[in-house]
Amino acid sequence: MWRAGLLLWLVAGASVANSQIPTPLKSGSDFQPADMRKLQADDFANPAMLWVSQGEQLWRTPRGDSRKSCADCHREPVQAMKGVATRYPRFQSVAGRVLNLEGQINYCTTERQKSPALAYESDELLALTTYVARQSHGMPMSVNLDDAARPVYEQGQRLYRQRRGQLNLACTHCHQANWGRQLLTDTISQGHGTGYPAYRFEWQKIGSLQRRLRACYFGLRAEMPAYGSADLLALELYLGVRAAGLAVEAPGVRK
Amino acid sequence: MALARLSVQSKARRGEAVPVRLVIQHPMETGFQMDTQGRPVAKNLIRFVVCRYAGREVWRAELGSGIAANPYVEFSLRADMTGDIEMNWEDDLGEKGSVRARLDVA
Repeated sequence: MWRAGLLLWLVAGASVANSQIPTPLKSGSDFQPADMRKLQADDFANPAMLWVSQGEQLWRTPRGDSRKSCADCHREPVQAMKGVATRYPRFQSVAGRVLNLEGQINYCTTERQKSPALAYESDELLALTTYVARQSHGMPMSVNLDDAARPVYEQGQRLYRQRRGQLNLACTHCHQANWGRQLLTDTISQGHGTGYPAYRFEWQKIGSLQRRLRACYFGLRAEMPAYGSADLLALELYLGVRAAGLAVEAPGVRK
Repeated sequence: MALARLSVQSKARRGEAVPVRLVIQHPMETGFQMDTQGRPVAKNLIRFVVCRYAGREVWRAELGSGIAANPYVEFSLRADMTGDIEMNWEDDLGEKGSVRARLDVA
């Protein structure tokens, strides 16, 4: 009897402590129709794999004044990049700020390859990001929240709970309180970014997590933050920590 | 850069049906869309995809505005001789693409 009581207390305590994180964690594809899940699981037909192939080519292409390619430093990309996507966004001490995967790639592009930064949502940046993310396919998210990253994380958490736009809703109203319920033809997801960059049929191409976040702002009739802005980066970091343990499934396929 | 992925097995027995799968990276613009500045985006569709097997045309498809971006095509052909399976296509802007794979028939 006391054991059952203790268990109940533990479960209740755990649910209070983690009331900001949905339980059980479900990935974005769990809320997609069966045909989308099937396409995502097909390594050939998944249209996002085109960008993985493009990223593989770009990895070996020299760029910038240094005439160096990614492969000149990271020789075996499959080994060197394994698990990298599970740790981003993270505080990068060399850069002195929090970087997401796109930011890290552009940091290498500008600082190591001495080339102009790749534009957000350009095919090149998407291809490299998707190629790197793909090497962590199936590995659990494990964003390390150190002291340097904590202020950004807290900003992201604040934004996640903050009402915005003409609809005056926060992220939590859909993705925390109402996940699994129907919104017109969609099932509301838990709002994890583990499938991104993902191929979205609405976009007819692949897009970054920040593009998806901007789409949520648009849906709420709120002003969309710019690509690479502090707000979107903070949200990305918060989402990364929130999805701890969930498998990376990039590149995902979404409606 | 015309990017495409072609999937064909490398070996087959004579008479065997060999599946051929192709995905092409292409926007398949219908000509009905506007860009973010409100200007119309010019129509640009892949007009045809042709498969040549050991030098002979064995399959052809005409794609239209009803086909989504990054088209995926799949068909089977009967393996009868060793040779290249070559896929060619051309879009409205005249850009051509080509990928090939070797099929060994025993």
